[in-house]
Amino acid sequence: KLLGKQNPVYLMTDKTTPYKDATTYNNYYEFGTDKAEPAQNAGTLKTRPWTVSIEGEVKKPMTLDLDSLMKLAPMEQRIYRLRCVEGWSMVIPWEGYSLSALIKKVEPTGNAKYIEFTTLADKKQMPGLNSPVLEWPYVEGLRMDEAMHPLALLTFGMYGEVLPNQNGAPVRMVVPWKYGFKSAKSIVKIRFLKEQPKTAWNLTAANEYGFYSNVNPTVDHPRWSQATERRIGEDGFFTKKRKTLMFNGYNDVASLYTGMDLKKYF
Amino acid sequence: MINPNPKQFRLLKATLFALALLPFIRLVVYAFIDQLGANPIEFITRSTGDWTLYFLCITLAVTPLRRFTGWNWLIKLRRMLGLFAFFYAASHFTTFLWFDHFFDITEMLKDVYKRPFITVGFIAFVLLIPLAVTSTNGMIKRLGGKRWQWLHRTVYGIVMLGMLHFWWMRAGKHNFEKPIIFGTIVAILLLLRVYWYLKQKRETGIRQSAVVQKRQPT
Repeated sequence: KLLGKQNPVYLMTDKTTPYKDATTYNNYYEFGTDKAEPAQNAGTLKTRPWTVSIEGEVKKPMTLDLDSLMKLAPMEQRIYRLRCVEGWSMVIPWEGYSLSALIKKVEPTGNAKYIEFTTLADKKQMPGLNSPVLEWPYVEGLRMDEAMHPLALLTFGMYGEVLPNQNGAPVRMVVPWKYGFKSAKSIVKIRFLKEQPKTAWNLTAANEYGFYSNVNPTVDHPRWSQATERRIGEDGFFTKKRKTLMFNGYNDVASLYTGMDLKKYF
Repeated sequence: MINPNPKQFRLLKATLFALALLPFIRLVVYAFIDQLGANPIEFITRSTGDWTLYFLCITLAVTPLRRFTGWNWLIKLRRMLGLFAFFYAASHFTTFLWFDHFFDITEMLKDVYKRPFITVGFIAFVLLIPLAVTSTNGMIKRLGGKRWQWLHRTVYGIVMLGMLHFWWMRAGKHNFEKPIIFGTIVAILLLLRVYWYLKQKRETGIRQSAVVQKRQPT
């Protein structure tokens, strides 16, 4: 059980995705490439004891165990849309707090321009690591101002429970205005960097997955359109796909990108 | 050598027909009992796509199997298997046209034009249509055996397009395990034909040169 105080700013009229769908239809390649596999295979993940080390361009590098990390700021429940780069979406209540709380605590130096998240990569716990689909460990990153945005949520639970393993337990990011893969799961390391980090999907196919990967209906994936999406658990067979919104509907973040050509920096 | 009598053959064919229909029935039943998972359309698209490739491979395996076992009656099952490949391809295409585009043909064609993996998949499907249409005995007669055979050999190219479609679909997610297995099977099935063709050519070549030598004055 892990119930955060509901934050009324992030309530939503959209229907919440059924818990069963959100926990059995996952992209978590460390546990297999099929969407049903994470739920089947992630039982082997040991989420305690767990530590997250914070390194790089910070005045106070530290290693935090899960309990101290969870107590760092008050836990909130926020309902966010989740838009996968594959063209489907969900609506999920998450429990966590703004990543900015953690960033402020470790005091980044003036050199810190980017933040990098590293997912656990342990072959004993994660059968998918034997497959060469990606370079392990899984690495994701944000620009500093993106990471400081209050929407960027350091997340420990969903639906009032601690995160199920297949959803990135015990601690993950949720960055709702970007495609789902930008939100690293099962984080063991957070680094503050001068340079833009080399992120997993960008390394694999830079022409398909940009560093920013903001949800953007006007920039198609080379192999499918991003203009529409199918809402999992809500849309039936005969429902037309819904229109994808710029920044997944989170227009607050637009100011982060003023003057940037989002077709070039997709 | 196994050689079924007409009654046994009919039974075998009916059983095979029922088996070949199972993947489709499974989708229908799953749809009714809500077992298609969180993303039913994706499930149907993938399943019908997979079964198209399976049936193309099974159809292409008939001739090698016949040659290796000497069971010549297998050839009489090939048309049905080929038509099942078309049936699943048509279901696959219909799912795409219906549930992805809601019969908006312009949108669909834009998608076909813009995305190479859809382009090749679409071409492969269109090329399958004449094969399905000319699968009747009457059409074989009307076309003449030679021309009919020539037309139906385009299936070698079609299966390669189908493979490419599958490969590209998986390329973005770097997930090549299944395409590699499929590709190997298709490659073996096609290379066997190349091997037989070259062997036959060499043998007729030898026979011809033997004839030529005999004719030479001594």
